[in-house]
Amino acid sequence: MNEPGSARTRRAVAGARAAVAAGIENQPTADVRKSIAFQAFLLFTIGVAILGLALLLIDAFVEGLPRFGTELFTAETSALPQDSGFYNAIIGTLLVIAGVTAMTVPVGTGAAIYLEEYADRERWWNRLIEVNIQNLAAVPSIVYGILGLAFIVRGPLSIGFVVLAGSMTLSLLVLPTVIIAAREAIRAVPPSIREGSLALGATEWQTIRRQTLPAAIPGIATGVILAISRAVGETAPLLLVGAAAFVTFSPEGFFDRYTVLPVQIFTYFARAQDEYIVLAAAGIIVMLILLLAMNSFAIWLRNRYEQKW
Amino acid sequence: MEARDATAASGLAAGTTRPRLGAASPRYGEQAIKGILALCALLSVVTTIGIVVSLLGPSLEFFKEIPVTDFVFGTEWAPSEAADPDSFGVLPIVMGTLTVTLWGLLVAIPVGLGAAIYLSEYARPRVRKVLKPTLEVLAGVPTVAFGFFAFSFITPLLIDVWPGFLGDPPNIFNAGAAGIAIGLLIVPIVASISEDAMSAVPAGLREGAYALGASRMRVALRVVFPAALSGIVASIVLGISRAVGETLVVLMAAGSLPFLGITFTEQIQAMTAFIGVTATGDISTGTIEYDTIFAVGLLLFVMTLVLNLVSIRLVRRFREVYE
Repeated sequence: MNEPGSARTRRAVAGARAAVAAGIENQPTADVRKSIAFQAFLLFTIGVAILGLALLLIDAFVEGLPRFGTELFTAETSALPQDSGFYNAIIGTLLVIAGVTAMTVPVGTGAAIYLEEYADRERWWNRLIEVNIQNLAAVPSIVYGILGLAFIVRGPLSIGFVVLAGSMTLSLLVLPTVIIAAREAIRAVPPSIREGSLALGATEWQTIRRQTLPAAIPGIATGVILAISRAVGETAPLLLVGAAAFVTFSPEGFFDRYTVLPVQIFTYFARAQDEYIVLAAAGIIVMLILLLAMNSFAIWLRNRYEQKW
Repeated sequence: MEARDATAASGLAAGTTRPRLGAASPRYGEQAIKGILALCALLSVVTTIGIVVSLLGPSLEFFKEIPVTDFVFGTEWAPSEAADPDSFGVLPIVMGTLTVTLWGLLVAIPVGLGAAIYLSEYARPRVRKVLKPTLEVLAGVPTVAFGFFAFSFITPLLIDVWPGFLGDPPNIFNAGAAGIAIGLLIVPIVASISEDAMSAVPAGLREGAYALGASRMRVALRVVFPAALSGIVASIVLGISRAVGETLVVLMAAGSLPFLGITFTEQIQAMTAFIGVTATGDISTGTIEYDTIFAVGLLLFVMTLVLNLVSIRLVRRFREVYE
């Protein structure tokens, strides 16, 4: 054993120190330079991502501001660009979204409960449903428009180019997203809650109805609002199911002709006159305000009711 | 225990029934609820069948008149009876879609992956807590806003700064601006999913590499990146399928002239833009124009389906399982 402070130990420590110093100081400078360059590149990329998206918002505001005002929310579409507003498009959007909510919330939650609480993953049909939901989430939205055109507007249902057709088409589109969000919320409820309920003699459905679902509702609500806010901005499928029509009135029920906010923006834009392009930019501001309100509400809901188990 | 087993065995042998653990009577209500919930889940399968059937029907009508080979390999796209001569070669609009996707990926892959590495490996927790939700909120900006941005900001900017040695400046409608806007559109998708995958790499791997003297860059590129590869690949494939299916940006910024080839400055027409333009016009059921929408839609559906299956396969192949 070496005593601390003995000549041998001192020599050993000095040797080790020299070896470490040599190792550190001889670190190739090229490597250091590469590291710095890499970090600069990363900062650049995150800058591009944030700046690009910020420019998008600023551009819409700068272009649309001359036309922005409260009358955009209250004026109907008219023959002249300077008199036109988005009132009937806003009403159309609200009606369509009300329909989407009414259809996707029960069905999406139901499907999520089945897949999380009942489905036996060993069975091929349950695996088929899961893969199928994944695939549906990746299908281009315009394909849903084709489905709506062929089966809902025309074909078997033949309800025509009305609000309900838009609601149904968008419902099919956002259903996979709603199911995925609801499943995540249900999965976050710890199993001990269910086991406790089952151990007290509750049936499966009583457990779901009285324990699992109430605990999962804030999560489901947040996910659903985010999914539905996607539906608000969805344009492509609605082009095919009637929203691109020129309507100068507001729909009063689910069986009226309609247009929605993003489609109205697109149709104004497509007229290619300067006044209409400015109007389209102002419409983008209106839509972003609506979406911001929805998203903030979802985040507020999550923060207010989030539970840590 | 052995004594109990023995009794149980003798009881079984004697034919006495054991008390059942299940409910004493069948609960039909519970069964009915399970059935209803299963029907909700089945609706997704019905949707898929609906999509396939709705696409196949008119497509078959279409292929009765136009041979499949003329459609898939034809190089002239003039799909209207008004056109003279009409021609139904889909390649130009497929090229249009692929061109915009290419420009989009050239933006989205470096920017998205760089942002993901930054967020997961470099950013301080507080910065990350702000930046990540910001990116996710921006992912919710409607695509019609991206289309407007491409037309009213990117294109004028490109025309202004276009260096002469690259040839003629971009057209008012051009593939490049649309591609860049689509790239920006899929950056949040690529960044967010890749970041999730990188954050899921166990800290032990990083700590091991640091203990061996690796620099931060080395840890990010040689340890975390390969370990998260399956998620990164999935994020890119998902980005591609979003780019292929994107409609509004190409409709608003890329023009409407089919172009067979890869171009940055010229007008192109993408498959989705064709569907959008044609379907909003006045067309009646049963005409060849009407059926063309479905044939192009079918091709689009098959393309994204193949992409998605490839993604599932790749994710399995590159998946590294820890613990």
